[in-house]
Amino acid sequence: MIDPEEKALLEALRAGDEAAYEKLVREHTGRMLSVARRFLREEDDAKDAVQDAFVSAFRAIGNFEGGSRISTWLHRIVVNAALMKLRTRRRKPEESIDDLLPRWKDDGHPEQAPVPWSAEKLLQRDRVRSLVQSGIDELPDTYREVLLLRDIEELDTAETAKLLGISSNAAKTRLHRARQALRELLDPALREDA
Amino acid sequence: MLTCREFADFLRAYLEADLPGDQREAFEDHVQICPPCVNYLDTYKETIQLGRCICEDGDGPPPADAPEDLIRAILAARGPR
Repeated sequence: MIDPEEKALLEALRAGDEAAYEKLVREHTGRMLSVARRFLREEDDAKDAVQDAFVSAFRAIGNFEGGSRISTWLHRIVVNAALMKLRTRRRKPEESIDDLLPRWKDDGHPEQAPVPWSAEKLLQRDRVRSLVQSGIDELPDTYREVLLLRDIEELDTAETAKLLGISSNAAKTRLHRARQALRELLDPALREDA
Repeated sequence: MLTCREFADFLRAYLEADLPGDQREAFEDHVQICPPCVNYLDTYKETIQLGRCICEDGDGPPPADAPEDLIRAILAARGPR
């Protein structure tokens, strides 16, 4: 159920109230920029995606029925805008993820035996957050976008595949490789014996 | 009997209950005999959890760094009504 404050804001937006538009933009730009930055490495691209998202939202405001919170609605729109921007910026040919994946001996054993991660290191939240963000930024775009949609935006496989225009099987394979690569990138800094 | 490499290949499917019964059994047998693969399984799951930590701000207050130039550009893009 839409809360009364959001309902009033929505009515003001539909009536074209300039102050309501400014309130909407000031309240949501920061959070939407954080979302766009997860997908886009360049700050200017992230800002463009937020601007594109608001333009789409302004056009669609008449059709928004308040079935979700405005923040949730805007969140979905900026994710779409960031994906569109990512596609226009994609490097061709796409970088391979192979160099980031675990390495195996011919007999199927790992070249480096996995060890647990240090609980003490995992508690250093700011450092871990920075490591994770850097790791995600290192993933090739097609893997990064799947990981962001599945593990961070928490979309399911079918939604992710549809958004990206790929099969569910391709989404599953890419997600697994992206997670494996991110694990490899985090491992040197987090393993117990490091 | 699975190799460690096959175990790693099956991880996502195992965690998402997407693995056929015989492969699931082989996967679980491997867990019993291979401590390094248990470490791999645990750190793979931690990787998924850590990914979520980069967006912990969630529905909290907006970050303080919403640039004024961007806000103005967005409002200008709406154009006069």
